[in-house]
Amino acid sequence: MISSDLNIILPEIVLSLYAMTALLVAVYTGKDKTAPMLTTLTAAVMALIGIWIGVSGGGTETAFGGMFIDDGFSRFAKVVILLSAAAVLIMGQDYMNRRGLLRFEYPLLIALSAVGMMVMVSAGDLMALYMGLELQSLSLYVVASLRRDSVKSTEAGLKYFVLGALSSGMLLFGSSLVYGFAGTTLFSGIIQAAGEGHVSLGLLFGLVFVTVGLAFKVSAVPFHMWTPDVYEGSPTPVTAFFATAPKVAALGLFARVLHDAFGGVVGDWQQILAALSLLSMFLGAVAAIGQTNIKRLMAYSSIAHMGFALMGLAAGTAFGVQAMLIYVTIYVVMNVGTFAFILMMEKDGQPVTDIRALNLYSKAEPGKALAMLILLFSLAGVPPLVGFFGKLYVLRAAYESGLAWLAIAGVIASVIGAFYYLRIVYYMYFGEEGEGLDSVKRPVLSVLLALSAAIMLVGVVNLFGIESIAQAAAATLVN
Amino acid sequence: MEKIILFAPLVGSLIAGFGWRLIGEKGAQYVTTGLLFVACFLSWIVFLTLGDETQHIHIMNFIQSGSLDTAWSIRLDRLTAIMLIVVTTVSALVHLYSFGYMAHDENWGEGENYKARFFAYLSFFTFAMLALVTADNLVQMFFGWEGVGVASYLLIGFYYKKPSANAAAIKAFVVNRVGDFGFALGIFGLFYLTDSIMMDDIFAAAPALAETQLHFLWTEWNAANLLAFLLFIGAMGKSAQLFLHTWLPDAMEGPTPVSALIHAATMVTAGVFLVCRMSPLMEYAAEATAFITFLGAATAFVAATIGLVQNDIKRVIAYSTMSQLGYMFVAAGVGVYSVAMFHLFTHAFFKAMLFLGAGSVIHGMHHEQDMRNYGGLRKKLPYTFWAMMIGTLAITGVGIPLTHIGFAGFLSKDAVIESAWAGTQGGFAFWALVVAALFTSFYSWRLMFLTFYGEARGDKHTHEHAHESPTVMLVPLGVLALGSIFAGMIWYGSFFGDHNQVNKFFGIPAHHEAAEGHGDDHATDTHASDTMAKDDHASDDHGADADDHAAMADEHHGDENAHDAAHDDPGHAVVAAAHHGEAPKGAIYMSPDNHVMDDAHHAPTWVKVSPFIAMIIGFAVAFWFYIVNPAMPRKLAEVQRPLYLFLLNKWYFDEIYDAVFVRPAFAIGRFFWKRGDGNVIDGFLNGVAMGVVPFFTRLAGRAQTGYIFTYAFAMVIGLVVLITWMTLSGGAH
Repeated sequence: MISSDLNIILPEIVLSLYAMTALLVAVYTGKDKTAPMLTTLTAAVMALIGIWIGVSGGGTETAFGGMFIDDGFSRFAKVVILLSAAAVLIMGQDYMNRRGLLRFEYPLLIALSAVGMMVMVSAGDLMALYMGLELQSLSLYVVASLRRDSVKSTEAGLKYFVLGALSSGMLLFGSSLVYGFAGTTLFSGIIQAAGEGHVSLGLLFGLVFVTVGLAFKVSAVPFHMWTPDVYEGSPTPVTAFFATAPKVAALGLFARVLHDAFGGVVGDWQQILAALSLLSMFLGAVAAIGQTNIKRLMAYSSIAHMGFALMGLAAGTAFGVQAMLIYVTIYVVMNVGTFAFILMMEKDGQPVTDIRALNLYSKAEPGKALAMLILLFSLAGVPPLVGFFGKLYVLRAAYESGLAWLAIAGVIASVIGAFYYLRIVYYMYFGEEGEGLDSVKRPVLSVLLALSAAIMLVGVVNLFGIESIAQAAAATLVN
Repeated sequence: MEKIILFAPLVGSLIAGFGWRLIGEKGAQYVTTGLLFVACFLSWIVFLTLGDETQHIHIMNFIQSGSLDTAWSIRLDRLTAIMLIVVTTVSALVHLYSFGYMAHDENWGEGENYKARFFAYLSFFTFAMLALVTADNLVQMFFGWEGVGVASYLLIGFYYKKPSANAAAIKAFVVNRVGDFGFALGIFGLFYLTDSIMMDDIFAAAPALAETQLHFLWTEWNAANLLAFLLFIGAMGKSAQLFLHTWLPDAMEGPTPVSALIHAATMVTAGVFLVCRMSPLMEYAAEATAFITFLGAATAFVAATIGLVQNDIKRVIAYSTMSQLGYMFVAAGVGVYSVAMFHLFTHAFFKAMLFLGAGSVIHGMHHEQDMRNYGGLRKKLPYTFWAMMIGTLAITGVGIPLTHIGFAGFLSKDAVIESAWAGTQGGFAFWALVVAALFTSFYSWRLMFLTFYGEARGDKHTHEHAHESPTVMLVPLGVLALGSIFAGMIWYGSFFGDHNQVNKFFGIPAHHEAAEGHGDDHATDTHASDTMAKDDHASDDHGADADDHAAMADEHHGDENAHDAAHDDPGHAVVAAAHHGEAPKGAIYMSPDNHVMDDAHHAPTWVKVSPFIAMIIGFAVAFWFYIVNPAMPRKLAEVQRPLYLFLLNKWYFDEIYDAVFVRPAFAIGRFFWKRGDGNVIDGFLNGVAMGVVPFFTRLAGRAQTGYIFTYAFAMVIGLVVLITWMTLSGGAH
């Protein structure tokens, strides 16, 4: 019994054992001197585990009496989480090293956070949910304030911590309400209690509180306000991490709770999600226009993108979940490329985040500017790039579920949002003469940028087959 | 062989158009011209060896979708064969002529290459025209129809540096769009009712169409009449009939060989060809053909009046062309399609020759086109003079009355006028054509006298340097001259001889057989509505001398069936016919009760002589005005100034269209552009983009205070709102 359970969560065990062992070894040996090696190793381990999960067999298995679920959906999310976390680690290594930020705890905290995320998307019980969520969050609080000598970084970490604690409190309160009214913490039990036609108000209150807690993690409006400050204050590689893997995990958890535990009362949560989605899309689009700091801009961009992903979730159908998975995967790929670009923005060796520094960047660096142009167009959802297809999926999902108004609002929001992406393109290609940025050579970043842009172009052929994989994954979740 | 005829010009066009850099301009000219002569030679073989049966030569499949099957195949019958020789002969000669005419063009500077392009366009036009005339279904015909439209556009605007040429090209294209819209609607309608675009299916369904009602715009129409009318609108556009004719005179902006080929001999006759081709349908559309007759006659008359006073040599011939096209439509309208084709055939020769002759004059006079600056060119351009003389004799219809000896135009035009008399019982069309013949004679001789006789007028220098055209331009004139003289006499019997001769020529079964066959059709025939109608009729007869009650029931029954079949579900009824009925044999179809041709043969002598008399009068007046008393025309113009201006300004068609269509269209366009697009759409977007969105952006910026309690407060407020909302909506049930 216990051995088969352990077998199911073997990837999580391997990753956490690796993290703890590496921590001990590093402490007793070279400490920070081992950090570069550890970063690469951690990235490799996570990538390997991601591939392992990806190729391991299908089927749905549960461990620990249903607390932990290993199914197509969780595997899909885990692969995206692990690969993007590995990519971000590799990406930030050089940047962190240059600024003396590359402590040996950094890669290991990321690894532990990844373990938390893996638990989140596999959670089959409110307990497991909270455990995964907190493991992830605690790691993130620390890495947000990694730059201890910077006021902004510590402020970011503190803000994130305090508000995260508030949201955790709400989530826990909601969980206890759900437990109180359903009599169980298992999702499979809750869905029975919630699916019997008459849903008690207490259970719905619990649902709302849990939703709020999760909305905070995906930074949906109006629980988004930490995002710009934290994105701006954290070191850029950490920001890149914030923008990718945790979003996937939070959305995966969101989908799991809503469908596994509250799949019988779609009508009740649909309206909340639609409202969150609508607000996120519009606020993300409108507020980003005022930003000149590219990291804050990306924060609002991620808020808007989460709004679109939530639109897929709001559809409340298997197709909606599929659309969300496709959307968030594309989003992660685009963000990896974009942050690779941002990491290369520097002047006299210092990082630059003002978008006006990109004036006429295309003259100095035509290749990078072109790749960034493709990514920005894709982020804006301009056909025929891949980003457009992501939007098309969620819009279709919303439309087919009778949320045509939401789909139309999404289109309008994406039109407004296109402005700030295109403004960067404008600066790069038609801007005024300015000081310009340093011409830096970062092979890893350049490759990631080029790869990401190439995927946006080539992916239009068949989205690399992700469509059917996401469909299968969504089918295991929604039934 | 037929495929070679069709594709040789296309191949030539592609080689000349895309490959002239490899083979040089000269090479491009030789290739296109050579291929055209091959096509011409083969066309004559096809024409002379044509059998009775209609052949379908499959080339390839085009669109296959549902019940729509547009196989691309050549329909080879007498009509096609006639058009093949007309198109390829004139085209080949025009290609040859263009060697000389286009040799040194003042519109192009040193080092600019234009000849290969010109020849490529000419060959492309020829291909499109051949595609049109060989069409076996209406979509294919539409392809050719639009193809010649494009070629015409390109060639009218060949001198694209001249704004007037561009304007003329656009005008031709736009006016033709109006006609093409009607044509397209006609094709849609036929497909809707017969579920086929194949000619054979449509012809077989024609009798049923005549008894079908079709709802179009605001009311019910007889399907055959409506569809025939819509197709004729297409023909009106392409053949420059009244109301859609304004583009043709302007099209003279193109090089003169183009005018000869496209705007005289071939493309503009496509409308006539269409009406003749659709004769099995036209025969069942009495009102539509009456309209065709009327409009053709009106066109012939109006164009002839305008031609009287024009001064540009090409415009005179252009109006003459329009007028002659009117003649052809009259013949087609009264149901004597063979005569329409006859006039088309002879007209192609003499009108192409007149244009090429005019081109020769223009070429010799250094691109001077105003006849008032000509005069006395007979000696300077002797060959051209004789060619033009033959053309004039042909177009005015010189011949020996009451015999079959005369120039080509004499035979065919007289045949048209006699048919018009027989078809309208001496009505408007007949008199309009006779008067038009008088005018034709006048303006043709006026052209001759102004150009070749009298004193040299205009720029002395130009006259001194006037020269005869090179041989390469004179040879085509000679060949066409032969056609202008003999084409009428040789083929008179085939087109307008006695019934058997014509039937044989067009592959129609002999008359009584055809009638019998048709009767059989009716008896065993399968098209539902027709049979029902007969039933109905039978029961009526029955009711007259038998039991009233039974008859009533019977009649009622019949009515109901007929109603079901023909009215309630028209598409279905006709589809059935299309699948089981048989298309009438032969290239053209004249219904058994169409006796116009016979009546025309038995027209009184005064009718037969009338065009000749009209011609004599026209000649005499022209002689009086321009040879005997040259001051006369000016005086007359002064005395009758309003009339003169009215004619000189072409009945003010352009001005009226400008006021009625063009200006309002511009006004509407400007309104939507300035008000709709500029003020409303741009204004709205600018307002949103520069006013509303930035407002919210600032608001969002202000909310982002940086204080943690603000953020926490926002979260709590959000939670409270969600809880409240959930309580109010979700908690209710």
